[in-house]
Amino acid sequence: MIEVFLVLLVTALSASLLGVFLVLNKQVMTTDALSHTILLGIVLAFFITDELRSPLLIIGAAAVGLITVYLIEFVTRSGLMKHDAATGIVFTGLFAAAVILVSRYADDVHLDIDVVLMGQVLFAPLNRIDIFGISLPYALVQLTILLMINTLFVLLFYKDLKVSSFDPVYAAAAGISTVLIHYSLMTLVSITAVTAFDAVGSILVISFFAAPAATAYLVTKRLSHMIWLTLSTAAFNSLAGCALGYFTDTSIAGSVAFISLLTFFIVFIFNSTRLLSKVYKKA
Amino acid sequence: MTEIAVSVKNLTVAYNNAPVIQNLNVDIKKGSRTAIVGPNGAGKSTLIKTIMKLIKPVAGQSFIGGSEAKSALKTVAYVPQKGEVNWDFPATVFDVVLMGRYVHKGLFKRPNQTDKNIALSALDTMKMTAYKDHQISELSGGQRQRVFLARAIAHNASIYIMDEPLQGIDITTEALIIKTMKQLQSEGKTFLVVHHNLTTVPEYFNDVILLNKEIITSGPVADVWTEGNINAAYQEKGDKEWTS
Repeated sequence: MIEVFLVLLVTALSASLLGVFLVLNKQVMTTDALSHTILLGIVLAFFITDELRSPLLIIGAAAVGLITVYLIEFVTRSGLMKHDAATGIVFTGLFAAAVILVSRYADDVHLDIDVVLMGQVLFAPLNRIDIFGISLPYALVQLTILLMINTLFVLLFYKDLKVSSFDPVYAAAAGISTVLIHYSLMTLVSITAVTAFDAVGSILVISFFAAPAATAYLVTKRLSHMIWLTLSTAAFNSLAGCALGYFTDTSIAGSVAFISLLTFFIVFIFNSTRLLSKVYKKA
Repeated sequence: MTEIAVSVKNLTVAYNNAPVIQNLNVDIKKGSRTAIVGPNGAGKSTLIKTIMKLIKPVAGQSFIGGSEAKSALKTVAYVPQKGEVNWDFPATVFDVVLMGRYVHKGLFKRPNQTDKNIALSALDTMKMTAYKDHQISELSGGQRQRVFLARAIAHNASIYIMDEPLQGIDITTEALIIKTMKQLQSEGKTFLVVHHNLTTVPEYFNDVILLNKEIITSGPVADVWTEGNINAAYQEKGDKEWTS
């Protein structure tokens, strides 16, 4: 059980850290898009290997994940449409392509996202790897590495990420490569999301990207505070959700996602000054 | 021969093949307070964004201090329109002003105590010290503009390019911005400002560029700020923008 919790915790931390910048850039639903488009990568990789258990299928998923975020960025930067519309077009298009391929060429194979990406945190400890003679869950090792990479990225590019999300025009004028920063961020988002889908399931991953950062956004007035509060909220949600799922014998992923929503609403309601000021303004 | 701070040669910019500004040639004198004036859609913001290399021109070049290189932009402080940034961003007034120092910090480097002191003194110049720890969403329009100017001062640039800094702000802030502009001008700084209020042009600026997709005229306010020239800039579309 402790291993299940640890997998949840590192997944929550690595996703919510990047989620801070997705929430600030209003791009958090990119992760929802990813949870669908990766089917195309899985299908294409399956056609190559003809093998449902091949690791190539996850690599295919990751590759299409990258293509998804790059396509969305490309369409948005053309200036022809907003980010949400670009996301809607790219993700439905790629997902539809996968559905067509499956129905035309693989109708007799049980091929969907769940076959490849386990998405069940209770099973995560079953898939193990030996590191220096210690047996650890594979997902835990993968996500710990990603957490370190994501943390390093945010630490090194903190000021660039900050000014790029607050005032991209000024950032570009000040010689900061906003395009490079953004593509790097979205690359990490894609890799983290695909790895996390496999470990804990897609809905919970989207919740990890969105809920802790949105909760912290309600109450903080500095970016550094928002990051710390996001990470703490993510850890709390994992712990409380894990306990709820364990003691009520229900889905752990569902419990954590539910607790995340609950935390958000509790903070929203008890954040009296802002709530009251908004009610006051409307009156 | 006066020195030239910003120079534009044969500049043409288009959005989706529709030209916005055409074949512009203009020099902005070092140490001047130059206004860019013209009707809506004249290409004022487009011109300064092209100078800031935020938009790629179809033809022509722009020079900063005689250099066409992107690195020359480090000597320029750009003050965007207030609506262009995310005011709900979790940052305090001090955080935003400190961003003015980022341009001098290389990759991976954070602002140090010297940078913080420069930011504090810029806040003091714009009389915003009391609001240092306020979140930016709490500020009024005039206060937001002061924060932007404080950030530009912290940048310690030699050229200030501003997009409608006096739009939608209070009289006190307007007076403070003009006073600060004149003070910085006396220290040799150059100002290139998109301006919308025709009545205050002679009072606030010494040079003016009248723009309507092309340069109608440019030069010292005393020479070119005539009713004939103003009408020539505004007549085409018939939307005189006399605002009070």
